[in-house]
Amino acid sequence: MSTPRKQVHLAAHFPGVNNTTVWTDPRSKSQIDFSSFRHLAETAERGRFDFFFLAEGLRLRELKGRIHDLDVVGRPESLTVLAGLAGVTERLGLAATVNATFNEPYEVARRLATLDHLSEGRAAWNVVTTSDAFTGENFRRGGFLDRADRYRRAAEFVRLSRELWDSWEPDALEAGDGRFVRPEAIGEVSFEGRHFTVSGGFTVPRSPQGRPVIIQAGDSDEGREFAAETADVIFSRHGTLEDGKAFYTDVKRRLAAYGRKPHELKIMPAATFALGDTEEEAAEAAAEIRRQQVGPQTAIAFLEQVWGRDISAYDPDGPLPDVDPDLSDGVSQGRVPIADRTAVAARWRALAEEKKLTIRELVIEVTGRQSFIGTPASVAARIDEFVQGDAADGFILVPHLTPGGLDDFVDRVVPLLQERGVFRAEYAGTTLRDHLALDSL
Amino acid sequence: MPDKSLHLAVALDGAGWHPAAWRDLPGPGEELFRARYWAALVAEAERGLLDFVTFEDGFGLQSTLPDGPDGRGDQVRGRLDAVLLASRLAPLTTRIGLVPTATTTHTEPFHVAIGIASLDHVSGGRAGWRPQVSPWSTDAALLGRRTFPELRPDALDELQGHVEDLFAEAADAVEVARRLWDSWDDDAEIRDVATGRFIDRDKLHYIDFEGRFFDVKGPSITPRSPQGQPVVASLVHDVLPYAFAARSSDVVFVTPHDAAEAAAIVGRVREAEAGRTGESLRIFADLVVFVDPEPGAAAARKARLDELDGAELASDALVFAGTPAELAGLLLEWRAAGIEGYRLRPGALPYDLKGVTRGLVPHLQEAGAFRLRYDAVTLRGRLGLPRPAGRYAEEGAR
Repeated sequence: MSTPRKQVHLAAHFPGVNNTTVWTDPRSKSQIDFSSFRHLAETAERGRFDFFFLAEGLRLRELKGRIHDLDVVGRPESLTVLAGLAGVTERLGLAATVNATFNEPYEVARRLATLDHLSEGRAAWNVVTTSDAFTGENFRRGGFLDRADRYRRAAEFVRLSRELWDSWEPDALEAGDGRFVRPEAIGEVSFEGRHFTVSGGFTVPRSPQGRPVIIQAGDSDEGREFAAETADVIFSRHGTLEDGKAFYTDVKRRLAAYGRKPHELKIMPAATFALGDTEEEAAEAAAEIRRQQVGPQTAIAFLEQVWGRDISAYDPDGPLPDVDPDLSDGVSQGRVPIADRTAVAARWRALAEEKKLTIRELVIEVTGRQSFIGTPASVAARIDEFVQGDAADGFILVPHLTPGGLDDFVDRVVPLLQERGVFRAEYAGTTLRDHLALDSL
Repeated sequence: MPDKSLHLAVALDGAGWHPAAWRDLPGPGEELFRARYWAALVAEAERGLLDFVTFEDGFGLQSTLPDGPDGRGDQVRGRLDAVLLASRLAPLTTRIGLVPTATTTHTEPFHVAIGIASLDHVSGGRAGWRPQVSPWSTDAALLGRRTFPELRPDALDELQGHVEDLFAEAADAVEVARRLWDSWDDDAEIRDVATGRFIDRDKLHYIDFEGRFFDVKGPSITPRSPQGQPVVASLVHDVLPYAFAARSSDVVFVTPHDAAEAAAIVGRVREAEAGRTGESLRIFADLVVFVDPEPGAAAARKARLDELDGAELASDALVFAGTPAELAGLLLEWRAAGIEGYRLRPGALPYDLKGVTRGLVPHLQEAGAFRLRYDAVTLRGRLGLPRPAGRYAEEGAR
């Protein structure tokens, strides 16, 4: 008798506002119409996914002091759209990215608890922090914190949120005796921290999950520690089996210090995919998507971020610039900065020379190829291999097309995962915590 | 639609506007925190062809005290976030407007702006926003960012400056939201494959708002919504708020207690509007309503609820208890004083909502004073407000 196989967890990321999302394809539809969100969410639910995920960016990205115009631009407020989706789905988890830097804990806690009620226990919160004053220009609170401080603030933010979520006793509304609520069952929160001082009573009764599922995406040491203490899911970026295993082992090992067990934190790397009827067709499809993702203008813009200067006069189908990077100033705002630009430029030059690559070919080469390329059978096998090999508990899939980018995966790969006995054929529970096999609170 | 046609909205809150209304709920109070409860109410309102529904909100627990919780358990306590509640109901309805309350005092204007714009996208052009100031010191303590003086009825003179600041800040918050809603031209998205450009960035605009309370750079992260400018509706009782409404709102809710007062308030609102450009304010009167077809039944129901609560229902708005025909008569009388629509606050839900949709509405329809079917798709359209061009659009078209 074999032991039951480890189960795969899957989530769907709505296509984002970077060049992973292909808008030049004729099948690409609106990034803002509710119908697009609905299509992707319904597809994910048809595929029995754990949850649907929305990213967030509170200022439009800029390059060279101007709004970046080559990628998809424009997003809704995440929680508002997820509340709408709660009305057209029944079991799918609904995860919103909400910034802990440009929000107040009381309000975020209240909105997330509301979503948990309105979805009957399907809400999740991806906690992110930013330190850039650039985004802060849209808000009362600017963001001028270094990394360590950001995590301290985020940790305090989550701790305070939890106090608020826990402040109503579960049976506060089973009052009887001519009462709507037992007032003594609404706890008074009194929180005094380094970043927040809050006192008073919460207005939302304890939500179906007790609290929303917490997702965390930082990969630094501080981020891993924060996740080990606080999160239910890590949204990681470790693409290879070896990297994935190392990360998985490291993070799961940190849990014990917080009195937590390995199953209480699910590790779900981001993953992209390209499918074909044969391996060759899949490889060709993958290459074509990469060419769509890295158009000529995008290739130049990408290089400019490393070179720090205007190289628009260079031919994207020609060799790399002969000038060196200008290190005086960054050109990109609202994106993660590239650390050592001189070293990156040198490495790229060497690579381009060795493989005889043009600018565009180089950018295609050095920016992420798809995580899974193959036939539905080989992709299903590979996903299973990652999960059984403890390189992941599942994946957050990032389709490249809105809104149909998940259709093929759900129609062709999910049934094979189900056949392997590693993915649910039906939802067993009703809440997101149920889907993720987390202990109830 | 003839000019004489009234606009009708319903204000949804808890189990209704009588503090004892929850006692007639069929099940435990938990039901008020479930989507299906609200879905049924909004479906009923839409069946009655109403213009829109509003959703009350606030950060602190409901209270009978001027500032802070009263520790009572015999009335409804607790509320869901109104913007999310409205959005949850949007895909379940097709025509009715959805107008949630959100505070201008604590919520970041940028967040409110993208939330309401997103509600407009989710609902296909049926979103509104009821901005509200939060003067309470106990609400401020929940955020911990500012300290407010305690709100005491006997010390209102001392609080004058505080209240003036809150309304000035509210006006700034609405101004920021309106600028953000216009910060994308309608045709900003070009998807030009030849040049690789998804947007024409000259059609996205920094709003560069600088004020006493906050600065906001922009542009919005959310493309311009179906209505362009979602409907802004404010409840006002005094001269200061009239000026706020005249500057910031499309719809104003007022609280006259008879036809003469209605005429006087309409006059004051129109006075406050002097210098306003574009469409004039749509003036709605608020009424708490108990409606029963049988004469005397509504008053008896209200009296019973008063007794259960241990006090007579107190309200800023006139409390009406009577038959649908009597209510229709009152609404038509006030219409002659310049009131263009009504926001009815049902005393008990869903009973008095049905009194409106199944009792009042047919009476008004017979009188030729209410629509027989939905016409316009958007909320602006239903209120006779044209879809405005973006304020920056011409600049961008240079």
